[in-house]
Amino acid sequence: MRVGVITFPGTLDDVDAQRAVRYADGEAVPLWHGDHDLKGVDAVIVPGGFSYGDYLRCGAIARFAPVMQEVIEAANKGMPVLGICNGFQVLAEAHLLPGALTRNHKLHFVCRDQWLKVENTSTAWTTRYDEGAEILVPLKSGEGGYQADEDTLKELEDNGRVVFRYVGDNPNGSRNNIAGITNARGNVVGLMPHPEHAIDALTGPTDDGLGMFLSLLDTVVKA
Amino acid sequence: MIDTVENAEATPGQEQPYRELGLKDDEYARIKEILKRRPTDAELAMYSVMWSEHCSYKSSKVHLKYFGDTTTDEMRSKMLAGIGENAGVVDVGDGWAVTFKVESHNHPSYVEPYQGAATGVGGIVRDILAMGARPLAVMDPLRFGRPDAEDTKRVLPGIVAGVGGYGNCLGLPNIGGEVVFDESYQGNPLVNALCVGAMRVEDLHLAHASGTGNKVILYGARTGLDGIGGVSVLASETFDDTAGKRKKLPSVQVGDPFTEKVLIECSLELFEKGIVAGIQDLGGAGLSCATSELASAGDGGMHVRLDRVPLRATGMTPAEILSSESQERMCAVVEPANVEAFLEVCAKWDVIATEIGEVTEGDRLVITYHDEVVVDVPPRTVAHEGPVYHRPIQRPADQDELQANTPDSLPRPAKDELLALIKTMAASPNLASKKWVTQQYDRYVRGGTVLAQPSDSGMIRIDEETGRGVALSTDCNGRYTKLDPYEGARLALAEAYRNVAATGATPVAVTNCLNFGSPEDPAVMWQFEQAVKGLADGCAELGIPVTGGNVSFYNQTGSTAILPTPVVGVLGVIDDVRRRIPTGIGAEAGETLLLLGETHEEFGGSEWAHHVHGHLGGLPPKADLKREKLLGEILVAGSRDGMISAAHDLSEGGLAQALVETCLIGEVGARVFPEGDLFTALFSESAGRVLVAVPRTEEQRFVDMCTARRLPWRKVGVVDPESNALEVQGLGELPLDELREAWEGTLPALFG
Repeated sequence: MRVGVITFPGTLDDVDAQRAVRYADGEAVPLWHGDHDLKGVDAVIVPGGFSYGDYLRCGAIARFAPVMQEVIEAANKGMPVLGICNGFQVLAEAHLLPGALTRNHKLHFVCRDQWLKVENTSTAWTTRYDEGAEILVPLKSGEGGYQADEDTLKELEDNGRVVFRYVGDNPNGSRNNIAGITNARGNVVGLMPHPEHAIDALTGPTDDGLGMFLSLLDTVVKA
Repeated sequence: MIDTVENAEATPGQEQPYRELGLKDDEYARIKEILKRRPTDAELAMYSVMWSEHCSYKSSKVHLKYFGDTTTDEMRSKMLAGIGENAGVVDVGDGWAVTFKVESHNHPSYVEPYQGAATGVGGIVRDILAMGARPLAVMDPLRFGRPDAEDTKRVLPGIVAGVGGYGNCLGLPNIGGEVVFDESYQGNPLVNALCVGAMRVEDLHLAHASGTGNKVILYGARTGLDGIGGVSVLASETFDDTAGKRKKLPSVQVGDPFTEKVLIECSLELFEKGIVAGIQDLGGAGLSCATSELASAGDGGMHVRLDRVPLRATGMTPAEILSSESQERMCAVVEPANVEAFLEVCAKWDVIATEIGEVTEGDRLVITYHDEVVVDVPPRTVAHEGPVYHRPIQRPADQDELQANTPDSLPRPAKDELLALIKTMAASPNLASKKWVTQQYDRYVRGGTVLAQPSDSGMIRIDEETGRGVALSTDCNGRYTKLDPYEGARLALAEAYRNVAATGATPVAVTNCLNFGSPEDPAVMWQFEQAVKGLADGCAELGIPVTGGNVSFYNQTGSTAILPTPVVGVLGVIDDVRRRIPTGIGAEAGETLLLLGETHEEFGGSEWAHHVHGHLGGLPPKADLKREKLLGEILVAGSRDGMISAAHDLSEGGLAQALVETCLIGEVGARVFPEGDLFTALFSESAGRVLVAVPRTEEQRFVDMCTARRLPWRKVGVVDPESNALEVQGLGELPLDELREAWEGTLPALFG
């Protein structure tokens, strides 16, 4: 399994995403923002950070990076793509996922260990989880509030496209406590919390996040 | 007109605003003597900023020498670089070198809390980068005025947001620090920033500008008018007719963490390719500092062409370009053959890089502006041979009175009030949970964080294969230091040392950030001298060296000095982070709670006296560093043999607070049975104590070890996984929910 991990200037969690891929026995392939090809990878992770400083709007510049044009094309053909935190923001800006991420409702950056409920276990990234399972992974973001119009929310809810939901008090004001969603096909997933920081209880709150990368392994092997 | 050397020679009598730039009459006279003429505007700007207290350590130098005098060869054996370099470097084993340093950014953070704190983080990170290391983590010891004061509501949230905003975007985990409130910091908060980094031993880079013909390359952000500070006096003189048209920028610098992140990755790629001969960060005093330090550390002279410096403002004078403290800039010395490769790496990262000069023969630093010489100086006179003062020292007249005013006469709580007091103290601003602050900091990024706040120390894994890592803690109790500066500094060292050992790491090196009032006040200089001696003597007793540090003077609210605050940072090494000791109990079924060390009736400067009675007087607790060392050895041995499942150091708030925290962090209850006078047992702040949890199966082996090595211990309780309360025998029980509300509720109630 070869998994591309994109680095934009300002990307921070690329090393963590690469490590998570290795923990799932995959090969992490670094992709540079200026690359025009995906180097034959089986899947792509758009990691967290502050791409290009996020000075305009989170992810708004990154979506125009050359490598993103390749990702958009590949995703539309069914390649598994995961956007974590800033990566989720980038995928939303690139219209691979609906909705937008906005400033946390309490206006502070929030870093905390967050319980999530796994609600969709059929995406390319979540097959290893039991439906309804609760997992504990870090959440760390200043603009993690998920927003979408009523029609989009209904579309997501009616079709089981909410993949992760916050358990307990809403950390950032997300609509319907949404922490992560998928596209209609189930190959593209975006979430604000960080599964790649929860692959080893030594350095994370748990190893609950590893399931996402192992799920990908299953998906790639089956494909 | 630009003030050139030629012009300076021709106009010896021209008046210069040296006093406005902070230079004394005799200092100005000395500059003229060195140069054998009056300085140009640009030279005056350089000397004034480099000879400032902040850059030259002119009041502290004679005292700081004591650190070197008390460091033995044995203490130096693991030190690869020490005081005088950008940051100290220590050999930590497995071929790894670790560099760490703490610095102050106090005054800018009061003026503009967000940017002041943000650029404080940025500056210390570049210091670490300039040693050739990858920065790994940051910590922030902070001090504020009264928590309920109106201005604290401006200062604290701004500083916290600045530390977080910069560090989070930079991608460095924040793994610890301090938040302390005291009225003396009301008009002068302390923002100290620590950074730790690691490199392979062979990759250590020192700031040198050797090799005639080598190129000087400035890379990173453009240079602007921000952070020019006092030098604007010169600008208004030079540009008399246009002064009104120039945009005045604030003297506090503005940070751009994105640029710094790119600068880090770009620099590390440059180091990896081996194409950097010397490197220096640009911090305080900007190019003045970088060029004069690089040139004095090398074996030749240097020629710099200021007109080549990329600017972001128009009409900047040479003096302004030299003094600008625009952030996110580095200066490298590169062999001519490597310049092209250097520029290629910078282009990959979209980092602006410009050749601004070269290393020359001779020993002069010559700076030109459009081919006119504006600076021609011996660089060492700027960077290292500034004035040195032997400031008057006088023990304060009221010190005896302060020490005589012991807490003995303060009314003590009755037995039936003790339980409530545990909760009251847990909710007091200094002891309350700092989660409101630390949850604004990313502690996970890069995946190496093994321990972070609220643990006793932060711990970072350096080597993923072997598991080697380092632990860091910073501490200082300003009230102790006020009561006895010598003992207070030793206590700060003792606590930081203990905190590191409590996580299972072996303490190996010390850094410090000495925050004091005005050096022109003999009483403050006495505090300073005593604190330096206390810290240095303490380090010698413990056998670990001070590898670097920082002095910040002139910290005062109105005319009243802050509590003397020598923040001490201790670095520890752990060969395998998997054996780290956590702070919370309950990790294993069936744990016994043991109190290591001895408890005496010590309430001078205590949190109880402060919070309950607003009292400060008497003497601080005694620090027994031999005991601390033994305690540290026992903790490390216990961790190595898997005998300790949790440990928490006792400090402010005593045993009661340690119990509250270990229960709440571990999310389990405990039953404890303190002995003797319960008030003293619970709230005394005697040093040299650690609360440990040991699995019942290991209990005998562990206490046998303590007994054999003559470390006093006492069984004080048991962990009760079934209970949701802290039960104190003879007093009753406190439900954990209630305790948590008290401990965690204070800061959100104050700051929203």
